[in-house]
Amino acid sequence: MDTAWIALLLTLKVAGWATAINLVLGVGVGYAMVRWRFPARELIDAVLALPMVMPPTVLGYYILVLIGTHGPIGAWLLRQFGVRMIFTWQAAVVAATIVSFPLVFKSARAAFETVEPQLEDAARLLGVGEVGVFFRVSLPLAWHGVLAGLLLAFARALGEFGATLMVAGSIAGKTQTLSIAVYEAVQAGQDDTANFLVAVTSIVCVSVLLAAGRLVPGRVAHRQ
Amino acid sequence: MTLSPPPKLARLVLLVIAAGSSLCVHAADLTVSAAASLTNAFKDIAPLFEAANPGTKVQFNFAASGPLLQQISKGAPVDVFASADQETMDQAQMKGFVQAARRRNFVSNSLVVVVPASAANVPSSLRDLTQAAYQRIAIGLPASVPVGRYTQGVLEAEGLWGAMQAKMIGAQSVRQALDYVARAEVDAGFVYSTDAALLPDKVKVALTVTTTKALLYPAAPIAASSNPESAQRFVDFLLTPQATSVFVKYGFGRP
Repeated sequence: MDTAWIALLLTLKVAGWATAINLVLGVGVGYAMVRWRFPARELIDAVLALPMVMPPTVLGYYILVLIGTHGPIGAWLLRQFGVRMIFTWQAAVVAATIVSFPLVFKSARAAFETVEPQLEDAARLLGVGEVGVFFRVSLPLAWHGVLAGLLLAFARALGEFGATLMVAGSIAGKTQTLSIAVYEAVQAGQDDTANFLVAVTSIVCVSVLLAAGRLVPGRVAHRQ
Repeated sequence: MTLSPPPKLARLVLLVIAAGSSLCVHAADLTVSAAASLTNAFKDIAPLFEAANPGTKVQFNFAASGPLLQQISKGAPVDVFASADQETMDQAQMKGFVQAARRRNFVSNSLVVVVPASAANVPSSLRDLTQAAYQRIAIGLPASVPVGRYTQGVLEAEGLWGAMQAKMIGAQSVRQALDYVARAEVDAGFVYSTDAALLPDKVKVALTVTTTKALLYPAAPIAASSNPESAQRFVDFLLTPQATSVFVKYGFGRP
């Protein structure tokens, strides 16, 4: 059952990277949406939330067309660095990041909207710079909501299947995540492998939910 | 703010449900689960069969033969099974899913190595594929995709399977392997000659592989079919001159 453990480690690696990237991207964009007024703000908000509602196959196709060897980003990567993204675990990270981005971004935006502007203004009056205001006032006050979004995103990234299969393929030990390993075992009629993988996946999901339940309640959230 | 949904919305929901229920399978519908490589030929044959058998409507379910067998074994309401290899059909027959006495081989195919049309390197033998110029090679997953099983058999006989496995990009069906080559995401791929012929401007055939066994496609009615006469008629229809001319058009050989 080595394949199951390798698939589990790979799944955790992909979901971990996707969540880390979204911590920066999702929180950054969510904060920018609240902090600054600019034209077409709500339209941009809707476009950024698209991955949440679009079918994974549509996303997978978009990613394939963009980072594929003939795609604008893929061709550039190949020319500049000789890198081919498709069929690598990094492609799986790209898919998982895009799919789970709205969960972080939406939660972060909602969380930053609840921060009292007077508190930020008070910090500014006391001579704290904009970066300091963000890290010492806004983010600690919004951390509760941001963390909830991150955990949801991690869970979503763990289960990502459609887009990942399209851009990363199913290479055992390299891009075969748990959900794809389950699919392949069922396709091949290997019910024993499928049963084991499904059990591992279920245990991981329950663990994530339990961890989320312990981490998220307000009393544990950082308050300064 | 109203708490109950507006009547317009309720009507819309009812309309959608009504439209959905009218799509349910009709009694005279014939469900054919067929190997992915048969997609184009079978789609052309369906109207011919329907014209010859008024009142019967054919619907297809295309995938690699392995997953199709798994669906049938889990009780999918299928009437006819057409596999790309004998092995998958043998498994179906052994478990009693198909009517063994009615099983027919209806076409043959050949295995080829294709490269993207834009490729700089074209292999002239299977051994060439072990060179560094070929980093990624699309092969159907041998556990569930017949073309992958044929490929594995040939490469094992040549003593190249170990070297090729490190470069293998597993495909869920022969059509996925073909797509990977057409998009130039892999340097070469193993597909059927009939698949390669579908995209002459995107892939080129580098070599035709001699297989130890003939690539024969069998079809059989499903034992649990609710429509056994139509299922039998469909299997028989695959051997008529009408159907044969469609298969020939797509490059299939005679059984």
